[in-house]
Amino acid sequence: MASLPHAGPDYLNPDSIRTGLSRRKMLDQVFVIVGLVLMFACLGILAVLFMNLVLDGSERFGWDFFTNFPSRHAERAGILGAWVGTSLIMLVTAFCAVPVGVAAAIYLEEYAPKNWFTAIIEINVTNLAGVPSIVYGLLALGLFVYQFGLGQSIAAAGLTLALLILPIVIVATRESIRAVPKSIREAAYGLGATRWEVTKDHVLPYSTGGILTGMILGLSRAIGETAPIITIGALSFIAFLPSSPITSEFPFISFQWLRDPFTAMPIQMFNWVSRPDQAFQANAAAAGAILLGMTLLMNAVAIWIRYRFRKKINW
Amino acid sequence: MASTATATNSDKRANNLVSRSGLRYRKIRDRIIETLLLAAGLVAVFTTLAIVIILLTESAAFFEHVSLKEFLTDTMWTPLFADAHYGILPLVAGTLTTTIVALIVAVPVGTIIAIYLSEFASHRLRETVKPILELLGAVPTVVYGYFALTAVTPLLQMLMPELPGFNMLSAGLVIGLMIVPYVASVSEDAMRSVPRYMREGSYAMGATRLQTALRVVVPGAFSGLAAAFILGISRAVGETMVVAIAAGMQPNFTFDPREQAATITAYIVQVSLGDLPHGSIGYQSIFAAGLVLMLITLIFNVVGFSLTRKFREAY
Amino acid sequence: MIETTSKRGTPESTLRNEEPARSSQPPAGAATPRVAIAVDDTRQARAITSVKAQVENLNFYYGQNRALKNLSIPIADKQVTALIGPSGCGKSTFLRCFNRMHDLQPDTRYEGSITLHPDNINLVGAGIDPIEVRMRIGMVFQKPNPFPKTIFENVAYGLRLRGVRNRATLAEEVEKALRGAALWDEVKDRLQDSALALSGGQMQRLCIARALATTPEILLFDEPTSALDPIATAKIEELISTLRDQVTVLIVTHNMQQAARVSDYTAFMYLGELIEFDEAAKIFTNPSKKATEDYITGRYG
Repeated sequence: MASLPHAGPDYLNPDSIRTGLSRRKMLDQVFVIVGLVLMFACLGILAVLFMNLVLDGSERFGWDFFTNFPSRHAERAGILGAWVGTSLIMLVTAFCAVPVGVAAAIYLEEYAPKNWFTAIIEINVTNLAGVPSIVYGLLALGLFVYQFGLGQSIAAAGLTLALLILPIVIVATRESIRAVPKSIREAAYGLGATRWEVTKDHVLPYSTGGILTGMILGLSRAIGETAPIITIGALSFIAFLPSSPITSEFPFISFQWLRDPFTAMPIQMFNWVSRPDQAFQANAAAAGAILLGMTLLMNAVAIWIRYRFRKKINW
Repeated sequence: MASTATATNSDKRANNLVSRSGLRYRKIRDRIIETLLLAAGLVAVFTTLAIVIILLTESAAFFEHVSLKEFLTDTMWTPLFADAHYGILPLVAGTLTTTIVALIVAVPVGTIIAIYLSEFASHRLRETVKPILELLGAVPTVVYGYFALTAVTPLLQMLMPELPGFNMLSAGLVIGLMIVPYVASVSEDAMRSVPRYMREGSYAMGATRLQTALRVVVPGAFSGLAAAFILGISRAVGETMVVAIAAGMQPNFTFDPREQAATITAYIVQVSLGDLPHGSIGYQSIFAAGLVLMLITLIFNVVGFSLTRKFREAY
Repeated sequence: MIETTSKRGTPESTLRNEEPARSSQPPAGAATPRVAIAVDDTRQARAITSVKAQVENLNFYYGQNRALKNLSIPIADKQVTALIGPSGCGKSTFLRCFNRMHDLQPDTRYEGSITLHPDNINLVGAGIDPIEVRMRIGMVFQKPNPFPKTIFENVAYGLRLRGVRNRATLAEEVEKALRGAALWDEVKDRLQDSALALSGGQMQRLCIARALATTPEILLFDEPTSALDPIATAKIEELISTLRDQVTVLIVTHNMQQAARVSDYTAFMYLGELIEFDEAAKIFTNPSKKATEDYITGRYG
């Protein structure tokens, strides 16, 4: 575009507008590059981290690693006690956190009147999400181990982690309850249903996707948490397993395992990392790779479930 | 003239259907369930109360032996030594230093990523990147600790040969990386809630995306960005495993990140690894430390959440 | 002008004492004369042979805001009564008093009474359980809202709530309700299909069937055709006309022509008050009040 000679202030001059503009656009581009670089750097670091773990731990992977107990010899040390302990603890955690979390979410969404009492409950839920995990560890120590007398046991660990992930389950459940449209509830009330019947017959069935997502996200967080349970039993030289839940005599189910001492995957990894002996770093890396793999897998499953359920019902 | 609308056959049936419905049973059941749901909601309140009570009672026992003045002003923290000192300042200094290092990483990176995702990225890019970024925040902290110790520290040692194996710098950097997704996510939410018409006003005047972002969106989302910043601080302060693994567990009153030091959280871990009798002053000291931690994070959380509410309400 | 007073029984609900072996005869002493007519000049005097519900000085409050002011009209038994008026006049609010839907919101209050005959229960009375009311009064909403279940389960839901478990009974009642809603022929072969696969008009008829299944004493319609196309609307209007043999109908509509086509009695409301109530024929051809006439002729809407 030809520019006419222009008298007047410089900033109105088309030429200077154009140069200013191209400079601003260049800054724009620079920012785009910076943004992309930073983003992919972060993602790249995640990938590097995973690779690092896998490579460092590669020499330990094998059937033995999964079936051996810890030992003074790095090559023979395995995670048997750790993954069994983690599994049992997760059982307790899920069993406690899911019913309580879903129930609390139902109460807050369907039943609670809008008053100060409800506000207190909601504030507490939000607040608990921000409490450092080590403080949960202190709670576990003071309350579950000593006050309730559960000792340094799987039950105590499971309960502590259940409290830790409670806000996650509550928030996810509330979101999926909210997605059920008001018109469905009105139709049900109009037919004379009580509040619980509306919830049980119409709200909960369509919220299962969100509840499942919340549960899996919560468990994926709980599986990797060290701080809440390290205060109540950082035993990582356990050379025995907790008692089996299935017994060979009547009544065939035992709850003794709940009171047994325990170890868990993240604790085992922490213990190995803290050893001055370099050989154990490989063990730590292998355990870490497994732990990270499980976490990422669970997160991916949760996201997939959320996606699937969102598509199922179109209101 | 006058005639009664007698109970016709259909009315009779309606009455019979209603009385057969067991309405009273349904209502009793409803009440019981509502009580159970309320109890579930109260678990959150109970947890907070339990945390507060336990921290306070054990700390009270601690402060019977140690004066508040010594606690707040002594520069040595050696509760387990024969010549015991109980000054919390070294632990606070450690926490502060690692947090500042973490923020120096997390705030710029997180904000830039947030600006990029909110103002520049296409919808598809945003939807792909956001979940992956969330995964970064889902990695178990013990794995990040391993990473800090075995990858970041050696890397830094190449640049700074006198860097000790345990130092606050690696720990701080990794914590920063860990909270980038959180800061980015809260900031991005804040920026996305700035209404479209504000941006359009700027674009209509010929501004580039960067100028609009920096001059219109960021100021408009300011309280949300402040919330992200403050909640990030809270996360960094509460972080345990990374510092326990990579920064060492030696209380050291210094603000130099190149040295090793213990944070409040790392101290609690260290004590838990040992064997402390219930009721001893060492045992009580972790609760006193926990109380300080709780107060710090509480203040930041309250401020952060109220800022979050402010920006949500503003639009 | 015929003036009579109507005697009402005590508002305490005879519903409260739920005994399974309840006699189906109206309790002695509760039978009352049924003519209930106006005694003041906002209402036309005209004998309604049988009154299903009598609204007496009904006031309704949202918090401090008085949304309904001293409404008093008779709802004729087995007839269609329409509520018309401009937006915001309170007709939906009034309708929802009949089945206590307002009780789902906090801070609402009723004054006055809606007396259901022949049991003489005050539907908005303090001692009356809203759930019981909703079990006797059915409602069809503006936007069709079937449950995301099968067609059969949609209609059966109300019966299941009432404890009906027998498969044969359910099947029989569901068929009756679907026939009553003029939908049976269209869906009888696909009762197990999802209700959401139906067209808008079919969904609304399904909602009507769902409400009919529980043999309500009054069926409330809240602008039932405003979300539907003209053909579906015509079908529903036809259906409502036939429903009057089965159940008392109270319908809110912002479409005057619909009210004229469908209703036997019409009430015109404005700003929460009742302006005029009379036979539909009279309201639409020769209204007594100027305000009514202005609205009917479209001077304001």
